[in-house]
Amino acid sequence: MTAVTPTRPWRATPAVLAAESASIAAAAIVAVLLVRFTGFEGKLAIAALFLVLATSFTALNEGRQRGWEAAKNAGARAIVIACAVIVLVPLMSIMWTVVDNGRHALRLNFFTQDMAIASGDSPFDEGGALHSIIGTAQLVAMSSIVSIPLGILAALYLTEIRGRLSPIIRFLTQAMSGVPSVVAGLFVYSAWILGPGKTYSGVAGAMALSILMLPTVARTAEEVLKLVPDHLREAGQALGGTQWRTVAGIVLPTARSGLFTAGILGVARISGETAPLLLTIFGASAVNLSVNNGPVSALPVFVFSHLKLGTDNAVARAWTGALVLMVLVLVLFSVARWFGGRKSR
Amino acid sequence: MSTKVEPRRLTTAPRLSDRVFRGVVTAGGLTSLAILGLISFFLYSKSQDVFTTFGWSFVKDVQWIPDDGTTMSTGHYGIGAMLVGTVITSLIALAVGVPIAVGLALFLTQYAPNWLRTPLALLIDLMASIPSVVYGLWGFFVLMPHAVYWAKLLHKYLGWIPLFDVPAPIFDRSPFIAGLVLSIMIIPIVTAISREVFNQAPRDRIEAAYALGATKWAAIRAVVLPHGKAGVIGGAMLGLGRALGETVAVYMVLNLAFDINWHILQSAGGSVASLIVNKFGEATTFEVQGLMAAGLVLFILTLVVNLLADLVVRFTGKGA
Repeated sequence: MTAVTPTRPWRATPAVLAAESASIAAAAIVAVLLVRFTGFEGKLAIAALFLVLATSFTALNEGRQRGWEAAKNAGARAIVIACAVIVLVPLMSIMWTVVDNGRHALRLNFFTQDMAIASGDSPFDEGGALHSIIGTAQLVAMSSIVSIPLGILAALYLTEIRGRLSPIIRFLTQAMSGVPSVVAGLFVYSAWILGPGKTYSGVAGAMALSILMLPTVARTAEEVLKLVPDHLREAGQALGGTQWRTVAGIVLPTARSGLFTAGILGVARISGETAPLLLTIFGASAVNLSVNNGPVSALPVFVFSHLKLGTDNAVARAWTGALVLMVLVLVLFSVARWFGGRKSR
Repeated sequence: MSTKVEPRRLTTAPRLSDRVFRGVVTAGGLTSLAILGLISFFLYSKSQDVFTTFGWSFVKDVQWIPDDGTTMSTGHYGIGAMLVGTVITSLIALAVGVPIAVGLALFLTQYAPNWLRTPLALLIDLMASIPSVVYGLWGFFVLMPHAVYWAKLLHKYLGWIPLFDVPAPIFDRSPFIAGLVLSIMIIPIVTAISREVFNQAPRDRIEAAYALGATKWAAIRAVVLPHGKAGVIGGAMLGLGRALGETVAVYMVLNLAFDINWHILQSAGGSVASLIVNKFGEATTFEVQGLMAAGLVLFILTLVVNLLADLVVRFTGKGA
């Protein structure tokens, strides 16, 4: 008896692999040559030409060996992979440029001083974004206090009461998530600042942000509460609990980490919002601890206004503000994922 | 003498605590209705005069001439160019973004090796939460030089098509560039929804296609794409809703011009949202009302697009 060596006919043989690598290599070489000797220029042109050529060369290679269907198959695969690469390029580019340009003005005083006596043009060791960081923290805290409970209530209606209004509320939440952020700002300006509020203030900004945060929290919370198994609810009722006791004692604690995720995702959604804040908090250059009296600043507004100043140092500060903002969003996002990934799945 | 024992009364009526609970939860659920209603009410009440003064010409006319502060009719407010510009940039964003997003979703669900799926999906979700002001910064400083180069290429070789013609050779801050930035911003949304529907494609039919000798692409075309079509359309419309309302990123990379411009490569475009931010700072009292009216139009536009998206996803999604 001889041991049978299993054959794996679906595996690529060295010859096939060689042909494939050869066509990709050929694509790379032709792309470089084309850029060198024709009207195209730049690294991006090489990359773009390479993607196009690699797609067609691999398709040709497959077609030569296996015919038209195989050629289409190979071409589709190359295009799909190219799509993934095309999306990753700007993403990586954004992260890289934010870090690269943001590090120049990144000093300790960026976190400890405001711009009250420094101007956008001052050297980097004068002034900072303390006022904006405090402002963002205030805005986020105030919006969370309003939006997280309301969002969870909306989600509870959809998962616990499941009444006749469910499709309407689901649709309205959806519609609300599509409200352009600038419209939320205009609304608060017309309803609050032109009305009882009288002046730009942190409260006004928080109102606008709450409008944007509510649907995010509601939708995520709904997804999370749906994951709570129905037999837990039935067990609560079987023990004689009212619906209120069941929800408060069983459903919400079960979904706790998921609800936390919903809140964090809401915060991540609003912490980078700029347009509504321009219309509601206006922006300031000094720390303003009062939330209902006069303009305050926030990180996105800091970035925006320094970019508008346009001088080298101001733009460098804008990049640093963007870097801090990105790190903040990244941290929030990771925390949300970490909590969400632990239990709800 | 025996006392008659009253049977314990059984009832299914909710207790007081439950009635309160249900009331509070329902009220919480209806806040979205209240907020949407308030938005329409306040924007309309503050901008009523604009509509009575200019009527339909507010939506059709292209001039935006501030008044002198005495009466509204000394100025002239029209957002025609801005509306057309908004639609043009959003359509460019869809034309560029949706095919790439669908390709990416196919990669994530059908092609990517298992170890790559989760991290890549995480990265794409992360992309959705990058603040728009950062997209604007990046678009202005990094993308613009490249995009101008591509625009020149397009103009050189396809300039005979009226769409790519550039009468005045200035290529930066054009609708084309704004559309590219927007396309990057909507890709995560469209990808997320497409990925979801592609994942739900019936596994047994895909296997059946393979059993009949289909290649991977043939199986995708025969099963996955038809199954996910409605979801992709719905996702694209959600992306459209986002693109229509995007403000700051567009503000940074688009040059506002109060004239309808179909030459997408030229440095002149329009956007209702960035008009609002652009004019808000120095606006007169009446001009602010004009901006409110513009906001109301934008609000209704996005509401309609989102409504359609919702209907498409809900009704065609179930049938598939």
